[in-house]
This record gives sequence, C-alpha cells and structure tokens, in this order.
Amino acid sequence: MSITTENGATAEAAGQSFGGVQARSSVALNAPRIAIRGLDFFYGDNRALKSIDFDIPDRQVTGMIGPSGCGKSTLLRVLNRMYSLYAGQRATGEVMMDGENIIAPDADLNALRARIGMVFQKPTPFPMTIYENIAFGVRLHEKLSKSQMDERVEWALARAAIWDEVKDRLDSSALGLSGGQQQRLCIARTIAVRPEVILFDEPTSALDPISTLKIEELIDELKRDFTIVIVTHNMQQAARCADQVAFFYLGELIEVAPAAQMFTAPRHPKTQEYITGRFG
Amino acid sequence: MPTEHIVRSYDDELRRLRDMVARMGGLAERQVADATRALVRRDTDLATEVVSRDAQIDALEREVEAFCIRLLALRQPVAQDLRVIVAAMKASNDLERIGDYARNAAKRAIVLASLPALGSLNGFERMAHLVQENLKAAMDAFVNSDAGAARRVWEADEPVDAIYNGIFRELLTFMMEDPRNITAATHMLFIAKNLERIGDHTTNIAERIHYAVMGDSLPDDRPKADESAFAVVRPAGG
Repeated sequence: MSITTENGATAEAAGQSFGGVQARSSVALNAPRIAIRGLDFFYGDNRALKSIDFDIPDRQVTGMIGPSGCGKSTLLRVLNRMYSLYAGQRATGEVMMDGENIIAPDADLNALRARIGMVFQKPTPFPMTIYENIAFGVRLHEKLSKSQMDERVEWALARAAIWDEVKDRLDSSALGLSGGQQQRLCIARTIAVRPEVILFDEPTSALDPISTLKIEELIDELKRDFTIVIVTHNMQQAARCADQVAFFYLGELIEVAPAAQMFTAPRHPKTQEYITGRFG
Repeated sequence: MPTEHIVRSYDDELRRLRDMVARMGGLAERQVADATRALVRRDTDLATEVVSRDAQIDALEREVEAFCIRLLALRQPVAQDLRVIVAAMKASNDLERIGDYARNAAKRAIVLASLPALGSLNGFERMAHLVQENLKAAMDAFVNSDAGAARRVWEADEPVDAIYNGIFRELLTFMMEDPRNITAATHMLFIAKNLERIGDHTTNIAERIHYAVMGDSLPDDRPKADESAFAVVRPAGG
C-alpha cells in the first residue's frame, strides 16, 4: 500500500504490521511458481513419495531437508523429470507450472529442462574449455551469433560470480579450476540457458566453508531472477538460504513453513526432533 | 521433549542450564522469604544477611548468561532448544531483578526496625507468601517444561495486586492521620511495591516458559488488579 503525503513523498509504511503473528514469520512467501498436488512416486513397487502437496514460491528459495531416504532428492528428480530416463520409475499426480502438468507423459522434456536447470552435489564440468562449458548447453536450445554467444557466456559467468576469476583464461580447460570455482561454473552453465527454476542437489557438500559461503551468497543473489529449490543435509544452510523449508520423512512431507518459523517453532514433533538433532 | 539428543553432551549442557536457573530461582525465593521475615520480626541481622547474599544471585546471572552464549555459539540451537536457552537467559534477568527488589526490601527493613511499628504487617506476609508460591511454581514449570503450570502462574498474580492496593490505601490513611508516620509508611510502601514488582517479574518468567515450551506467546493483556496508579485521597474537610 502506498500513500502520497502532502509534500508529494510516498509513504510505504501504511498498512504494515510490526507486532504479533506477522512479525514472527517475517518473510512473506510469494505466489506459487510450481504447485505440487497429490504427487506419488514409485521406484518399481516401492512408493518413495506419498501424496505430496505443496507450493514452491516464485523467486524465493525453498529448502528441502530430511534424513537420508526421506524422498527429498527424489522430489528434485521429479521436478526436472530426470526419472524418465529410467524404466520402472514413475510419478502420478500433478506438478503444475504455468498451467501445465510437467509430469504428464506428453510434456516436452527438452523444453522443460531448459526451464528447470539443475546443479549437482559434485561439480560436473565437461572436459572442455571454460567458454565451451557454458556455450555447449546454450547451443542445444538456441542459435546465437558469435558475438551474442560471447555476451551470453560473459553474462552467465558474471551472474555466477566467477567472471573476474576466469575472464583471462576462457580457453583453458575447466578441469583446472578449484572445486568451488567448478561449482560456480556449473551454476553459470545452468543459468546460461536462462531457466525459470534452478534445482540444487546438495550443491556445497563437496566444498570448503568459504566456497560454501560464496555459493550461498550466490543463491541469495540468484533468487531475484530465479525460483530456487535446494536439497541440503546441512540444516544451518537451509536456515541461512531458504525462505521456505520443507521437511520430509519416509516419503512424506511432514511440515512446510517459512524458514524462521521452521527453526524457531516448528509445529510437528517429528520436525522438532529432527532439526534439534534428536534423530536422523 | 520425549527423546534425547544424538549428541549426549548437549543434553547434559541443557540440563545443567536448567539446574543453574532453578538454583537462581531457589536463591531468589529464599531472599524474598528472609527479607519479609526480617521486616516482620524487626530482625536487622537477617536483613543484613539478605543484603549481602544478593551478590550470589548476580554472580549466577553472569554465569547463566556466559553459559547461554557458549551454547548459542557452539551448538547452534534451533526450535525448542533455542527457545529454552533464550528463555533461560531472560528468566535469569528477571530473577536478578527479583533479587535486587528483595535486597532493597531488606535494606528498608533495617531502617524500619529503628522506627516505631506501624499497623499490621499481615498484608506483607500474605503478599510475600503469594509471590514466593508463584516463583516456586514458575521454577517447577521451567524444570518440567510445563506450559500449563506456567500459564497458571501467569494468571495468579491478580491477588498480589489486590493486596498491594489494600496496603497502599492503609498506609495513606496512616500518613494522613499523623505526619510523623510518613517516614515509616513511605519505606513500607516501597517494600510493598517491591513485592508487587517481584510478582510481575515472576509472570514475565512464566511467559518465557510458555514460549519455550509451546513456541507461541501468551496474550498481551495479563489479568491485573493494581489500581494504585489511579488512587486519589482527599483529606477530611479539605
């Protein structure tokens, strides 16, 4: 709400509430970018996700936490349909994005993977030059001139906060970069195709603490333009990065809440026990 | 909470924190009891003891604070663990204030022992008894993580206010009757106010405990009956 005062200045303050309930979950969640309804997932006969219902807010970070085997990585694999590569794995229910069910059999997988990018646990640079690592993925989806491609590569590397470190050696092998740099290169490769959603599967578990903080800072920066989903085993990381946190256990979504509420006053006893380190 | 932490030393530390706060609470209770006893019995030795014992509560408060900071830094607590640690830190603050009020009451009891007795001290005894009961119940609620008990403490402060109002009016009457009563009556008024404040700090502690256990706060408007702020006295014939 904005109000114009007598001297023409605009006051945003009106209508804000500083007390009580609103202050506690200080970050309001945006409208959903992806809406998951009644999602089940099967590895053969094994039901790995059980009637999952939740919303992934637009241009915010959703953290998914839970003990090993809880289904959080499976859900990530559903979101970019990676499971379609394997026989015997299937998903039922709805994962709605822009009015389209992305797990429907007739969904266009190539288009989907350009819209939903993924960054993995271990950096996975291709054995090519730094430049080619970025350009490779772009060429799959778009036809760009040399100068347009140069621009896109620079843009992606800059957005991934690694441009300054590599701009003088774009033609050297990406394998010569440090682990943290390789991971940022992979993030650059992911955003180079200009996706809407970026999935991170434990993106810092193979990195040192400083590289980890750089990635976290980058995630914070990227959420201005991208919707981000991050699976992490590091609960402090979820607390630091995420706006919304979802806790999974044995294939069920136990609780989903704004991060501040999740880490100060979770509602479900199971969440409480897990995040305080009483089981897992 | 039903289960224990995977890291057992964390449980030991949280238990130790609760013990420290409970010890502080016990000490504060005793200070309130002894300050009142010193007043009623005109016992200046006991009052002096109360005054000197306050340093122990202050030391415990610093100890609780240092321990909480250590836990926050090393354990990065979340959820109920975090709430308990914050509650302990704030409760220790309230207990330290309670100790200060008891010490102040004891100091005034020393002065009063040298002045002629004024009226009955029954109100003070009843008030002290009530705030002690509440303080003890609050400490039990803290140790047992009992939100219901904390809420009962929070609601039970009203009678304390009621007695305070009675004392206030009575002492005003004494002062109007004879200005020579004013010195003693003023000291007594402050002691009554100290006890009333102790009651308020106890309800603060109850609020912290409720938050620590439930994760939500008690409502803003606690049942209160302190009306002395609105009291007006008109001298007879004035």
